Amino acid sequence: MTTTESPAAPSRPDPVLRPHPLRRTLDVIGVQNLSLIIALIALCAVIGSQNTNFFLVSNIKTIGTTVSIVGIIAVVQTVVMLLGGLDISVGSAAGLTSVASAMVFTSASSAALGILVGLLVGIGVGLLNGMVIVYGRVNAVIATLATYAALRGLANLISNGRAQGYTGTDSTFIFLAQGSVLGIPILIWVLIVVALLVHLMLRYTDIGRNIYATGGNPTAARLAGINLNRYVIGCYILAGFVAAIAGILLTARTGSGQPTSGSQGLELQSITAAALGGVALQGGKGGITGTVIAVLMLGVLQNGLTILNVNSFWQDIAQGALLVVAVVIQQRRGKLRAYGLPR
Amino acid sequence: MTATPILELRGIDKSFGPVQVLHDVAFSVYPGEVTALVGDNGAGKSTLVKCIGGIHPIDAGEYFIEGEPVHVHSPRDAAGYGVEIVYQDLALCDNLDIVQNMFLGRERKSGLVLDEATMEEMAAKTLDGLSVRTVQSIRQLVSSLSGGQRQTVAIAKAVLWNSKIVILDEPTAALGVAQTAQVLELVRRLADNGLAVVLISHNMNDVFAVSDRIAALYLGRMAAQLKTSDITHAQIVELITSGRSGDLGLQNGNGAKA
Repeated sequence: MTTTESPAAPSRPDPVLRPHPLRRTLDVIGVQNLSLIIALIALCAVIGSQNTNFFLVSNIKTIGTTVSIVGIIAVVQTVVMLLGGLDISVGSAAGLTSVASAMVFTSASSAALGILVGLLVGIGVGLLNGMVIVYGRVNAVIATLATYAALRGLANLISNGRAQGYTGTDSTFIFLAQGSVLGIPILIWVLIVVALLVHLMLRYTDIGRNIYATGGNPTAARLAGINLNRYVIGCYILAGFVAAIAGILLTARTGSGQPTSGSQGLELQSITAAALGGVALQGGKGGITGTVIAVLMLGVLQNGLTILNVNSFWQDIAQGALLVVAVVIQQRRGKLRAYGLPR
Repeated sequence: MTATPILELRGIDKSFGPVQVLHDVAFSVYPGEVTALVGDNGAGKSTLVKCIGGIHPIDAGEYFIEGEPVHVHSPRDAAGYGVEIVYQDLALCDNLDIVQNMFLGRERKSGLVLDEATMEEMAAKTLDGLSVRTVQSIRQLVSSLSGGQRQTVAIAKAVLWNSKIVILDEPTAALGVAQTAQVLELVRRLADNGLAVVLISHNMNDVFAVSDRIAALYLGRMAAQLKTSDITHAQIVELITSGRSGDLGLQNGNGAKA
């Protein structure tokens, strides 16, 4: 779109035009999301051509259930990143809640109580992160890096570093892990519900609008009367809460509370997915749609590498490389200036 | 003009730690007029504006809106009295569009969700009312606008709220010649619509082009408040640089008024 500078432009009858409908539709999907979808299809085609088992319904369900835990974390990571922050502690928080929920379940023999305690632990972790960042005025990366290490230590400490409890016989946990509604596994439903709720919040409520504003220009947001502290703490609590859901699902899937196994690396995966999905590290740009597509892409890639018998250590390398590639693409697209150049 | 100023400050003091930035400042603003606030760097213009806007609490002094004493502790309080400030550093979010910026922090809602249609309509009406014809679409991202257009959006944002007093902190500082003319024209139109406008500027040409009154700050003191028609270019420059000009201004250098 071009802009006109002349103070008087009587030639244009209506100064406030809406964009063309086609343009609006494209804006809704987004150019970036479109290219992600194309990449996803290409990836599926390449893997499928090597091994047709890839397209089996059972395999697609496997991808879905593996992706769901990373997916819900990536969704809240997106919210935190939109606000201009970063939450590195999500994986450790999930590990801690996994252990805590399993231990409470074992001692109280109540799944509901175990889940409730798990969720409360998650909220507490988020509150702690938010308080340290807002009132301690600690950089978000440092604050959550600290809780990343501390929470992992705490999870190992209370569990003696071993898997805790056995939830594999409890009907609630079995339902979470293996149940399905309308033929779709519960794990995938959780991802759908979390992603949809967060998407609606970001797009259609003033809370979402203010999150974008805060990420885009915190000074402007504060001058506009937005209570930034409340938003920062709120977003980290949301991240902690959803990390707790992930931890509980992890307990259900593995049948026991796991201090590190399964939750380790969730922070890297969620940040990679968000960055790949077009969420700017500087905040204020991106959305849930892109993140979810990117999560699917990462899931397909991981599944493909396994199906094609690629050494699993390569998967870590691929993941790291993808994060860098995603950010490089983003910076190029955003026309960011070279490091240190004045604006 | 009218007898009662819409905004009046008396005896305002403000210190930051050991540094006293404002000394016993009096300041009046009248509806339908552009009041230019001038002064050298560090004279206290921005501090005075931030006190008016509720960002800095005042240490001492009285604050009147339409003759009534009021207390302003936060930007929300100020907005509640119809005071809107357009900041020098342009408090706009680049990642949001024009409508989203204009309603920032005060979004219209129907139930739980945002009422985009109403907001779009109100924004369009406000821009029309200001005869703004330079933006193509009100759904354009602010990052795609030129400096003049951004300033226009910032001003329109301030006007949207049925505000009575609009304070512009160096609106033309970063603009080119044509854009400056465009913004000044807009400033004049605001006053002609009955608003009280405070214009902070370093540019004497701008000041004489649009203002009805001039208030000159010198080292945190109000040197003089005069009608623009009663003063010359040279006198204002003298007031800004030395705090006095003949019989006008502060009589003994840094001291209080004689």
